[in-house]
Amino acid sequence: MKVLWVRYQLLNHLLLILGVAFLALPLWMVFASSTHDPATIIRDGMQLGLSDQFFETYLGVLTEKKGFTEQVTASMMMINSMILGVGFAVGKIIVSMTAAYAIVYFRFPLGTLLFWIIFTTLLLPLEVRIIPSYKVVADLGMLNSYSGLIIPLIASATGTFYFRQFFRSVPDELLEAAKLDGAGAWKFFIDILLPLSRTMMAALFIIMFVVGWNQYLWPLLMTTDESYSTIVLGIKSVMQTIDGNRLPEYNRGFALAILALIPPVLIVILFQRWFIKGLLESDK
Amino acid sequence: MPQIAIIAVFFLWPSFEAIQLSFYLEDPWGLSNEFVWFENYQTIFEDPEYVGTLIATLIFSLSVTFLSLGLAMLLAVQVDGLLRGGGTYRPLITWAYAIAPAVAGLVARFLFSPQIGPIYDLLNPDGEPPWFEPALDSIDAWVVITSGAVWRQVSVNFIFLLAGLQSIPRSVLEASRIDNPSGFSRFWSVTFPLLAPTLFFLMVINFSYAFFETFAIIDTVFPFGPPAGAASLVYKVYVDGFKGADLGGSSAQSVVLMLFVLALTVVQFRYLEKKIHY
Repeated sequence: MKVLWVRYQLLNHLLLILGVAFLALPLWMVFASSTHDPATIIRDGMQLGLSDQFFETYLGVLTEKKGFTEQVTASMMMINSMILGVGFAVGKIIVSMTAAYAIVYFRFPLGTLLFWIIFTTLLLPLEVRIIPSYKVVADLGMLNSYSGLIIPLIASATGTFYFRQFFRSVPDELLEAAKLDGAGAWKFFIDILLPLSRTMMAALFIIMFVVGWNQYLWPLLMTTDESYSTIVLGIKSVMQTIDGNRLPEYNRGFALAILALIPPVLIVILFQRWFIKGLLESDK
Repeated sequence: MPQIAIIAVFFLWPSFEAIQLSFYLEDPWGLSNEFVWFENYQTIFEDPEYVGTLIATLIFSLSVTFLSLGLAMLLAVQVDGLLRGGGTYRPLITWAYAIAPAVAGLVARFLFSPQIGPIYDLLNPDGEPPWFEPALDSIDAWVVITSGAVWRQVSVNFIFLLAGLQSIPRSVLEASRIDNPSGFSRFWSVTFPLLAPTLFFLMVINFSYAFFETFAIIDTVFPFGPPAGAASLVYKVYVDGFKGADLGGSSAQSVVLMLFVLALTVVQFRYLEKKIHY
């Protein structure tokens, strides 16, 4: 009986190690290959072992201007990604918290109608309405700007529902106590709801940062000017120029993929507990 | 209500515009608009390429959903079954959530690349003539796209399934252990039905992921366009609208997509309502 049990646990571990390898091995190959010189990669294919070109490749990618117009470096693109990720996350939290506050604590005419309008936005991802959205943003003159990049992405309801659930779980006694102490609606929000929501905000921030950082289609349409290109997007244009070369610099493409990956992966790993909490509660 | 303003400008306006545009035929120079009723819809549904794309996208979405759910279920059950050490595997699988679909596409492209890809070499051991050629064959292209999509999606499903598994009361599992000693049939008759709500929710999530978010994967695997037959619906909206400048047809396609999402959501909510009853 005991032997059986041990064998069973061994099988568990074996399958899990295979699963982890399935997820990690492709990226490891990309990383390992990025430390080789391009000639080796073209001759022998992707590599499993490390080589000595790490600093050369990554410093080159981060500081040399590349892309279609040869005007952007990977570090500039990473800054853009950071602005998009943080701007998207913060904007989403502000907008959805205030909206959820209004929905839960105020009764006003057309309230239910507004609620249903927000609700319908949950249904439609931006991908579905890219062309008209693009037209609207172009008409407003917001192409190639950070606001044009961020604001249309905020227009969905996920965060609102997340905060609405939470505000509803806040006991009414708190509101009554605050009223007795003479706190207005604004003060109640700032002094009571906001501190209570801290972990919720942190959890949502992490999810939304990753989502914002990873955006692809919308930045692709919005940024014809490469100085607004994000790193995720930059991979594509750099790869296209690489493809045209006689000696494609695959190592640079690999390095870019790794650079695009590091910040969101780090955040997910470092804040794993909040991240999982946010994911499980915000999507439902 | 800042959200209402943002939604009105960036959501309602575009949606209505899509619906409106889908009833118009614009001449190629954008000089005149003609109201054509359902002609754009008729055109897209009579276009064998569009119908082909529709079917391909459906098959692709189903494959991604079932493959990534299956793999994630396998891993989640293993972690849940561990008496010790489950905590170490969790972050090792969770991190993959942060992979951008575009990066997943790029990695798939490298691994399947004819010049440098190890998987390409594995699949074509003899070299001439290669039987696996994603740049030319649409089924091979879908294999590459699906691998990238599944690879990236396993960890999200894993997180939800593990949470679902761990919320099943231990007492229920112990009771079933007495009734039913075989682990496998116990999984199907006890654990699986208890996980059904999570699984259903995940199916909807995965389906819409495969439908909408995999644009980035297709576009990075094939930066110059996929071979004929390997585009998804969203990719086609993009190509027809931005590269082909066929606004009416592309808007009609957008409206069809909206109806898809609407249907998915209605299904999900009807199910959730049912769930409340028990």
